[in-house]
Amino acid sequence: MSDTGLKGWKELPIGGLILEPGNSEKYNTGTWRAFRPVVDPDRCTHDLFCWLFCPDGAILVKDGKMVGFDLDHCKGCGICARVCPRKPSAITMVEEVEAKKKEQAG
Amino acid sequence: MAKIVAYSGNQAIAEAMRQINPDVCAAYPITPQTELMQQFASFVADGLVDTELVTVESEHSAMSACVGAAAAGGRVMTATSAQGMALMWEIMYCASGLRLPIVMTIVNRALNAPLNIHGDHSDSMGARDSGWIQLYSENAQEAYDNLIQAVRIGEEASVRLPVAVCYDGFIISHSIERMEILEDEQVRGFIGPYRNEFHSLLDVEHPVTYGPVDLQDYYTEHKRQQVEAMENARRIILEVGEEYGRLSGRRYGYFEEYRLEDAEIGMLILNSAAGTAKEVVDDLRARGVRAGLLKLRVFRPFPFRELIQALQGLQVLAVMDRSESFGAMGGPVFNEVRSALLELEGSPLTFNYIYGLGGREPTLSEIERAFSRAQEVLQKGRVEVLHDYLQVRE
Repeated sequence: MSDTGLKGWKELPIGGLILEPGNSEKYNTGTWRAFRPVVDPDRCTHDLFCWLFCPDGAILVKDGKMVGFDLDHCKGCGICARVCPRKPSAITMVEEVEAKKKEQAG
Repeated sequence: MAKIVAYSGNQAIAEAMRQINPDVCAAYPITPQTELMQQFASFVADGLVDTELVTVESEHSAMSACVGAAAAGGRVMTATSAQGMALMWEIMYCASGLRLPIVMTIVNRALNAPLNIHGDHSDSMGARDSGWIQLYSENAQEAYDNLIQAVRIGEEASVRLPVAVCYDGFIISHSIERMEILEDEQVRGFIGPYRNEFHSLLDVEHPVTYGPVDLQDYYTEHKRQQVEAMENARRIILEVGEEYGRLSGRRYGYFEEYRLEDAEIGMLILNSAAGTAKEVVDDLRARGVRAGLLKLRVFRPFPFRELIQALQGLQVLAVMDRSESFGAMGGPVFNEVRSALLELEGSPLTFNYIYGLGGREPTLSEIERAFSRAQEVLQKGRVEVLHDYLQVRE
């Protein structure tokens, strides 16, 4: 184990094999994101087109309602914003840097 | 008891494959490998093996099917040559990267273009960085012996790497020689059943993912593991070679030294031309010339420590390459050998000859010419041409 918290070559399974089923959840692909989806809850009709089309299962749904995004895994592809049937879309893609700045500013 | 037979190299390999009885063989025909697979296919058709023979539509598919079958936990073999191997290229790296001990015969043949079907080493030498162990064979006997040992070497838990067994197209693949084969039970006893302790795709109790994305955070670690596997293979190759010696009377190491002990001038060569070179060495010795030969068997992992030990008494060394590395400082074997010799104080004067391209025959007189150059270098005390052609018309 190195100081990055990642396993060293002697500890890892050989061949790049993954022995733990379903562990892709532990891999935060959200860090790849350049654009972040932001939903306007007032315009959202909860038709769940975004949930259906999201290639990463990153649309959070509770009691049949779209409630936000799993930002640990959302790669920012923007498919949700594109497939939203509302015109204009209830989801807009904003630059991740801008979104972060806003978050930090509170 | 060993049986003496008259076999071509291809027959010898087909026979070894029959005795090994792999679970899966996926292959596509290409000259000069075709006859080998044709013979093995007849063993399959006659029910002499349990092998699932997958006749695929290309070599890319052949190696892909081998990877799948090996990941599923099977003992897997295939064979190819030249363009066929070139088409496998992408998947050869998958086999080694996924640590699948597939055993492949490469019947060495020149790569196109221009079109040539005869023996040189441009196919396997091109794949020297693909992560495969490479064993070279002087004749049908060595090809047979190497193939049986390859199974054990590749499957060893500390190795888990694919192994290529190489021999020269036509000169060895299609020439009939006297050789000895082991009894079926001896071969099966030697290789043993495939100990499938690795993670099988078919083990539904322990699901495993093969070939996931491996980015900046892990790829280096997995490549480092492959380096370690090659390092481990050094010891395993020797152990398996010893054990095979006890079984067959033919012991194998990294290389064969022929009249090298007190030699002044030496030649380093691999595959079939080593037989011709031994004849020349005998002739030179009869005339009082202290000539010797080193025939390399294992090119990957490259046995540099042992090589420099073996070569340290020489004054001059001619390194023979049967393939070109365009734009490099000589052929692939020369580059490695010369680099290894930098570790040796009082290293011999070393030069490179490219010979035998596209199957051009290295005759006794041509090999002798290479030794004459070595004698010239010895007299002058310096190498004037580092990288030269033994057989080219000006």
